Amino acid sequence: MQSPFFNEDHESIRQIAREFAEKELAPIAAEVDASDHFPLETARAMAELGFLGLKIPEEYGGLGLDARSYVCVMEEIARKCATATIFISSANSLSTAPLVLSGTEEQKEQILPGVAAGERFIAFGLTEPNAGSDAASLTTKAVEDGDSYILNGRKCFITMAPIASHCIVYAKTSPEKGAKGISCFLVDMALPGVSCGRHEEKMGQRGVPVSDVLLEDVRVPKSCMVGERDLGFVNAMRTLSVGRIGIASMCLGMAQEAIELAVSHTKNRVQFGKPLCRHQAIAFMLADMETRLNAARGLVYQAAWLLDNRQPADKAASMAKLYAAEAAISIINQSLQLHGGYGYSREYEIERLYRDVRVCAIYEGSSQVQQMVISGQMLK
Amino acid sequence: MNILVCMKQVPDTTEIKINPETNTLMREGVPSIVNTFDAFALEAAARIKDKHPDSKIVVVSMGPEQAKAALKECLSIAADKAYLVSDRVFGGSDTLATSYILSNAIRKIEELEGKFDAIFCGKQAIDGDTAQVGPEIAEHLDYPQVTYALEAELDGERLRVLKEGQDGNMVIGVKTPCVVTFTKPSFDPRYPTIKRKMAANRAEIPTLTSADLPDIDAARIGLKGSPTHVKRSFVPERKKSGVKIQEETDGESAVKLVQLLGDAHVI
Repeated sequence: MQSPFFNEDHESIRQIAREFAEKELAPIAAEVDASDHFPLETARAMAELGFLGLKIPEEYGGLGLDARSYVCVMEEIARKCATATIFISSANSLSTAPLVLSGTEEQKEQILPGVAAGERFIAFGLTEPNAGSDAASLTTKAVEDGDSYILNGRKCFITMAPIASHCIVYAKTSPEKGAKGISCFLVDMALPGVSCGRHEEKMGQRGVPVSDVLLEDVRVPKSCMVGERDLGFVNAMRTLSVGRIGIASMCLGMAQEAIELAVSHTKNRVQFGKPLCRHQAIAFMLADMETRLNAARGLVYQAAWLLDNRQPADKAASMAKLYAAEAAISIINQSLQLHGGYGYSREYEIERLYRDVRVCAIYEGSSQVQQMVISGQMLK
Repeated sequence: MNILVCMKQVPDTTEIKINPETNTLMREGVPSIVNTFDAFALEAAARIKDKHPDSKIVVVSMGPEQAKAALKECLSIAADKAYLVSDRVFGGSDTLATSYILSNAIRKIEELEGKFDAIFCGKQAIDGDTAQVGPEIAEHLDYPQVTYALEAELDGERLRVLKEGQDGNMVIGVKTPCVVTFTKPSFDPRYPTIKRKMAANRAEIPTLTSADLPDIDAARIGLKGSPTHVKRSFVPERKKSGVKIQEETDGESAVKLVQLLGDAHVI
């Protein structure tokens, strides 16, 4: 694909990711979904090619690449296996961005090379039963005690928690200051008082363990704080755009796959004496799906380009995620509709895509949170 | 160990178009790839380098300027250095002329990269299918050769080569320097990594022309220097493929078969 947003390196990276997805992920994706288990050797194979260290700086074992490189990989991998993208987004964005942005030299050296190599997984613990996007409502607390902090609280829907070596935990250090009194901690999952809740049975993107993380009088040394005290959430806000662009890129990949499936099915399925796609109502649906996907592409690539060129990208990233997620959900829904009864069968890939894509309008800021961000910027 | 891999860029299609006047391949507009068997040879070299990290892999290709894309592909997978052998006067060479030019180029590259302990080739190119260039290089250089290799590993001063045979595989020990031509092994070649791919995008690939190879006898290269000529190329007539019968059960398939044969008045 020729595009003003991408250079030769980006296209090479896209090609590598596409080939890997087609040869290594497409054959296992249905089994990953059915068994709710993603083979860790495949995660390590992705690490070897560089997918898990795209945005980790070179001095810590990564490739130090830009947001558009990340977009290319997420988009191509999501076409064949949405679950696999969780390993990529976790390693490049959600769980390492706080460390890359504000971690100490020691924390970076301890964690990042292992993440880039696929040998270590880090969970990201922000969400609680009664708080997520509304960070001011967090109830997990960190109380200073000599050289340590004592952590107490419950984090929920924590991706990778059961296999993670560490968890990034957001906890209130100055409860009276709301969102501006939250600190970020790098918590060793093996510490006394840390435990995981039961395995969460998810609708889609199955294969990566998700559970609660319980913190009961967990004593962590002060050196585990990431960034400055009380600035944990403030810093986290600065890393949200990359994550949102990443989810938006996944949506592009899944929608692309759904369209290809729809084209193939409607060309081959004959009803009323001719292939489905020869019925104008069907052909026009395909045209709409393709157009909306490419409108989403424009928003996503533009947001990544802004980020790479150090321009304000928060609003663009939110628009990209809002539009790409809602468009992908609708495109996949339409593709399933075009599959008719077959689309409702677990034997067909579109059924999995339908479940896999749904969370994209929920996690890393729901569509409504993106609307808050966008309108907030417009009305400020 | 110093390994040279010979690689040919080939069209990535079964629909090969042939120039009716010259009876040679038309390369324009056809996507190109690294010849599949050459990719196996490169993987075999990479596996030796995995075990002996001080090894060096150099890849060489004879062809037009566009072959640099395939050389870069090899750099992104495993090669350390790449050379293109390209000159208008080399055009139209048959296998003997090609292997003659390549063996001269190999001697030239050795001046720059050191002597090669082994020269790995694919058993044949998927376009020409002659399987002659590798063995001919061995003859020009007066090296021992092993063909139809599946795997190779370093064994002191020798290479241990697992070779495919008609009645079973053989393990052959061969003195270096040698030529080994590879067929399809049981494993897939590795993927390029992002890091290597980006470095390959920036790599400078030196081109060796006839001016760099002064020892070449001009009477032995190009269309005129080639003892064999293609008289005619044509697309063989396709036989009609049969009807595939695959019903739910064997019984139903049999019923369908009888019905079709009956309809055709065969029975």
